Amino acid sequence: MDRREALSRVALIMGGTIIGAEAFLSGCKNPPAKEGLFSTEDVALLDEVGDTILPTTAASPGAKAAQIGAFMKVIVTDCYTPEDQKIFTDGIIKLQDAAQKKYSKSFMEMSPEQRTEFLIALDKEANDRSKEIAANDSKLTDEQKHERKLQQDLGTYKRPVEDDPHYFSLIKQLTLWGYFTSKPGATQALRYVAVPGSYQGCIPYKKGDKAWAT
Amino acid sequence: MGDTLNINNKAQQQNTFDAIVIGSGISGGWAAKELTEKGLKVLMLERGRNFEHLKDYKSASKDIWEFPHHGRVTQEELKRHPVIARTWGTYEPIIDYWANDVEAPYVEIKPFKWWRAYQFGGRSILWGRQSYRWSDFDFEGNAKDGWAIDWPIRYKDIEPWYDYVEEFIGVSGSIENIPQLPDGHFTPPMDLTCVEKDVSARIKEKFGRHMIIGRSANTTIPKEGRTNCQFRNRCWEGCPFGGYFSTQSSTFPAAMKSGNLTMRPWSIVTKILYDKDTKKATGVEVLDADNNQTYQYFSKIVFVNASALNSAWVLMNSATDIWPEGLGSSSGELGHNIMDHHYNVGASGTVEGYEDKYYYGRRPNGFYIVRFANLFGDKRDFLRGFGYQGSGSRENWSRSVAELSIGGAYKDALTEPGQWTIGMTGFGELLPYHENKIYLDKNKKDKWGLPVLAMDAELKDNELKMRKAIREEAVAMLEASGVKNINSWDNGHEIGDGIHEMGSARMGNDPKTSVLNKWNQVWDAQNVFVTDGAFMVSSACQNPSLTYMAMTARAANHAVEELKKGNI
Repeated sequence: MDRREALSRVALIMGGTIIGAEAFLSGCKNPPAKEGLFSTEDVALLDEVGDTILPTTAASPGAKAAQIGAFMKVIVTDCYTPEDQKIFTDGIIKLQDAAQKKYSKSFMEMSPEQRTEFLIALDKEANDRSKEIAANDSKLTDEQKHERKLQQDLGTYKRPVEDDPHYFSLIKQLTLWGYFTSKPGATQALRYVAVPGSYQGCIPYKKGDKAWAT
Repeated sequence: MGDTLNINNKAQQQNTFDAIVIGSGISGGWAAKELTEKGLKVLMLERGRNFEHLKDYKSASKDIWEFPHHGRVTQEELKRHPVIARTWGTYEPIIDYWANDVEAPYVEIKPFKWWRAYQFGGRSILWGRQSYRWSDFDFEGNAKDGWAIDWPIRYKDIEPWYDYVEEFIGVSGSIENIPQLPDGHFTPPMDLTCVEKDVSARIKEKFGRHMIIGRSANTTIPKEGRTNCQFRNRCWEGCPFGGYFSTQSSTFPAAMKSGNLTMRPWSIVTKILYDKDTKKATGVEVLDADNNQTYQYFSKIVFVNASALNSAWVLMNSATDIWPEGLGSSSGELGHNIMDHHYNVGASGTVEGYEDKYYYGRRPNGFYIVRFANLFGDKRDFLRGFGYQGSGSRENWSRSVAELSIGGAYKDALTEPGQWTIGMTGFGELLPYHENKIYLDKNKKDKWGLPVLAMDAELKDNELKMRKAIREEAVAMLEASGVKNINSWDNGHEIGDGIHEMGSARMGNDPKTSVLNKWNQVWDAQNVFVTDGAFMVSSACQNPSLTYMAMTARAANHAVEELKKGNI
């Protein structure tokens, strides 16, 4: 990566499309999580949630083929702050409770159609939350933003609760990122050329051609 | 003084070279190449580990999914890198290429980001490769504005050396005939993308400004021992093809070929040994970072290439019995006039109408908008100018998709490229201010018990005014080019974050106001040459490494001539 790419990442954060991108850039500054944030059942559940977000289609395999549940476990355990770890693990419980309440059965027992319907509603809830966070951010003055940046640099910044991301935003972003940077995601859903050998800046594109993986 | 240590003659003989080069990065590698090729026996000292071409690029042939965190750094890694954690440099494959900030701390009187790479090759492995010549608009800037001191050289002094280093390292770029950004000896230019080409044409038409393909030290034709760039855009992991310039791919093999180079890793130079009778350096003292033993090495000349701030640190710790503030401090300018390039200010937006266009390969380069402020009748409320770097490309899977949020149609939509976006950040000149300084903090020690640097530097009024213009002009150029949904930002800039820290031992015409003469020789010890960013008298707005290389080759040539004449 270089500054141009860093710049495009900044643009993405500012566009609010990657929740947790800040953590991608700054990593996690807190002590390692203890073993066992996730049970085997949690990983299996995350596999199914991930595979509902990005299911198998005629064109390519789904997120389960990328072992997305295990990937989420690794990232949350190794890279998340304790605050985000808690949002994520509490979120698994909340997701199951909400499924039970709405469908009177567990997510694992729901039909694919029910799962999709349920997660679309959850995604809307998460998007509303993201909009609130963006609105909070837009209320800050330049001085307040600068102060926040200094605190983040010093490691003294404490994110206010009203800026906590929705747990489903975390799940969805880990699913997208984990899948499209996995071998099946990069090589089957997208196009990947390890050594392009040349560069052509302007070539024809026709609808349906896959995007480059990187 | 270390040179009074009781060393027997045989050991001294074994430890004696014609030249010592402190540092193995971009400029140190060039010093070693030039001096060894001219027949000098050279000892190159690197404070960190050895790091071998190809063999040590452990990630270079792995795919991203082979990394457990797909590129994201773990918290264990970040604990060693609290400074890099504040930057965009955290990436799983290369996180250990950065220095351990905990072992080698520094003091931030004002916020300062110091990106360091303590291993053989230094930051030449990780650098951004943008390579631009200066012009006389830059060398004459201080004199014309009456700011600080005049440069002791002009473009004609450095021009042949630009030719020389470009020819060797391989800089891809286009011939443009722009007076403020002289053309060089380029390998074929990389392409602009379709969108970049059209935006460039509109900026030219509406503003008369130049948006060109970046000039990048990724060679587009093979060079000796190197394959041309393969467009993987993974340069900073180390290139298995030798596609870009680094010490490892370029200067080190050349120096080794001469048979005259000895390289010693784990060698922290704690001081330059100085003889007050001859008024010359006699060698250096080294603390072995691995076994904590002290060693002395002797030579006729010393090249200081430890990177701008660490080179000043070495000087500050040398000859303190004569000058309490260190070798080169008699002017009162050592450690002062710290500069950088300020960025993190720019704009981006979306572009319609190119849905049937795409690109092939991963270009390790972007576009460059050449300085226009305060040139050719343009007049601003600040001094000097700025350039921009950016790129125009299509969005990937991380975008949002209208009307879709979950499911197969959503996934399939994400597997196609999204809309075109274009964005850029300014790179602004930072004036030299005497009060922007670094100094030794003797109360704080690093892992080896050595005093650390304290950083006391900030942007001032001129830079803040410039940043307003950088942002406004970026928006204006994008708007005039038909770019939509324009978003602009100024995220502030901490000195050092440009990774172009410079100016700590400036050159000049007068020993009363400068540390080095026009040949990069320390006024107070003329067999000591400082040729990394420390020598800079002003910063211009171009990326500086090419200028360090050219000035190093020039100084090495001068050093050998002076040695032959018996002048040093």
